[in-house]
Amino acid sequence: MALVRQPSAAAKREAWAFHLFISPWLIGFIVFTLFPVVASLALSFTKYNVSQPPVWIGLKNYRDALTVDPSFFLSLRVTWVYSLASIPLQLSLGLIIALLLNADIPLVSVWRTLYYLPSVLSGVAVAVLWTLIFHPSSGILNQILAKFGVTGPLWLYSKDWALPALIIMSLWGVGGSMIIYLSSLQGVPTTLYEAATIDGANGWKRFWNITLPMITPVVFFNLIMGIISSLQTFTNAFVMTEGGPENATLFFGLKLYYAAFRDIRMGYASMMAWVLFIIIMLLTLAVVKSSEAWVYYEGSVKR
Amino acid sequence: MSTNIMQPSGVTGGAGASAHTSRQPRWYEGKKASEIISKLLIMLVLLAGVAVILVPFVWMLSVSFMNRAEIYANPPKWIPSQFRWSNYREAVTTIPFMVLLRNSMFLVIGRLIGTVLSASLVAFGFARLRAPDSGWLFVVVLATMMLPSSVTLIPQFVLFTKLRWVNTFKPLIVPAWFGGGAYNVFLLRQFFMTIPLDYDDAARIDGCGYFRTWWQIILPLSAPALATVAIFNIMYSWNDFMGPLIYLKSMTESTLSLGLYFFRGVYQPEWNHLMAISVLLILPMIAMFFFAQRLFIQGVVISGVKG
Repeated sequence: MALVRQPSAAAKREAWAFHLFISPWLIGFIVFTLFPVVASLALSFTKYNVSQPPVWIGLKNYRDALTVDPSFFLSLRVTWVYSLASIPLQLSLGLIIALLLNADIPLVSVWRTLYYLPSVLSGVAVAVLWTLIFHPSSGILNQILAKFGVTGPLWLYSKDWALPALIIMSLWGVGGSMIIYLSSLQGVPTTLYEAATIDGANGWKRFWNITLPMITPVVFFNLIMGIISSLQTFTNAFVMTEGGPENATLFFGLKLYYAAFRDIRMGYASMMAWVLFIIIMLLTLAVVKSSEAWVYYEGSVKR
Repeated sequence: MSTNIMQPSGVTGGAGASAHTSRQPRWYEGKKASEIISKLLIMLVLLAGVAVILVPFVWMLSVSFMNRAEIYANPPKWIPSQFRWSNYREAVTTIPFMVLLRNSMFLVIGRLIGTVLSASLVAFGFARLRAPDSGWLFVVVLATMMLPSSVTLIPQFVLFTKLRWVNTFKPLIVPAWFGGGAYNVFLLRQFFMTIPLDYDDAARIDGCGYFRTWWQIILPLSAPALATVAIFNIMYSWNDFMGPLIYLKSMTESTLSLGLYFFRGVYQPEWNHLMAISVLLILPMIAMFFFAQRLFIQGVVISGVKG
């Protein structure tokens, strides 16, 4: 059946059916994605408060961001510092845990389940829980630190420790990248290790020369996903610190939300959205470009 | 599809699989002492990690039963002297809990049906039907996964404001019925591609149209993938905060997760009451996770490794 060349009438019918089947997505894409993306670019050159029609102001929003608004670069810096700390920590910790969980140990499925659990939980309840954990006097973290004779910082109430607190909290969700590593580790052919052992490679050499290259595609995936999600951090900062103290946790996404829905500066917020969009595109592109040098794909001739 | 990653690696064909034939040997059998010691060390490290993971949960539960004095006790109390179940009753009656629960359920179910139906329809199109433009349209689907949500946020808000949909659930539910999310389309398409095309051909010979092939052949065969999409979708809707925050303005119209935020901001509750509500919000998710962890992992594996 499949070998018989279909007459073009049937092909046309199939193409018609294809468009019918994807029409929900196509309509949704045009109405809820394509139009908004274009509209937000247009709005970024305007002053707009929803109740009155937008006023064209050219590049003023962009100019204001660069010159007048001191918290624009501050929020970029907060987001940048957070990403720069949390992404490498997540990637490496996730890999270490995955390597440990890949060992042939008893109750391995129980271990894996427990480590994966926190990463599927998110939202306000988790943010509220961590607010209490970081509470300077009633919080469990400082209580534990006190047991070791360490006086814990004020965490979310300190402008120096609020951002590190959010970074620490992000590590709780390391199970997500761990699971992806783990599934990739199990795909590494055992024969490679056997051959290397015969050649006298020790554990570290086997990790460095076999395991790590074989799982680079997954490192690549986790890196891109990490960049996209950490640059859009919102809920935790909004619930736990509201951007404070002294704007120490004013994430870019948080500032964007305030601009749009507290100050009702839709034009300015649209400008910010586009700046974020461009930053994410550039970073993703840079990672994809660099991946040719460090991501190993089986069967590829490079390297 | 490797859904077996929660199994011991000895079973899945990891290290040492060749030795296992009829009975799987105990982990310490036939091993050198150094190997056993290294495994004990691994377990010790893992145990420390599990403590870090579980202590917040246990403590949350513990605080939710404490009385006011115990929360602020110095030295701190780890376990309440008696379990104050009344914390839960007080917290649940301070906010209109049942109304919020109903709203959350409405949001979850409304999104779930729309997502599963529309994402599977679209995925069927991309996986089973040939058209000259299907290739680049699928690239567009993939590209939208990279799009930060903030870049569509404001015009969407303006659109829904003009439609007078603010303060209703429509802005949160209706978009789910149009495509069901690029990620879900991708995941279902990957799964549909693994079903042999012979089924479709056989169905066609029996006079089955495309629509019936989707509904009667492909969907029943795709139960695990559909369940994976459903699980992630339920979790996402239940936890969703930013959407309700933007579109739902009052306590009686909000969902549970937004309600928790209002509760904290408006009523200035004590930690025990706050934790009681948090427990009620997290517990269903934990329960679902333990029931369906296989599906969670399948979703991660399909998107992460095959992607």
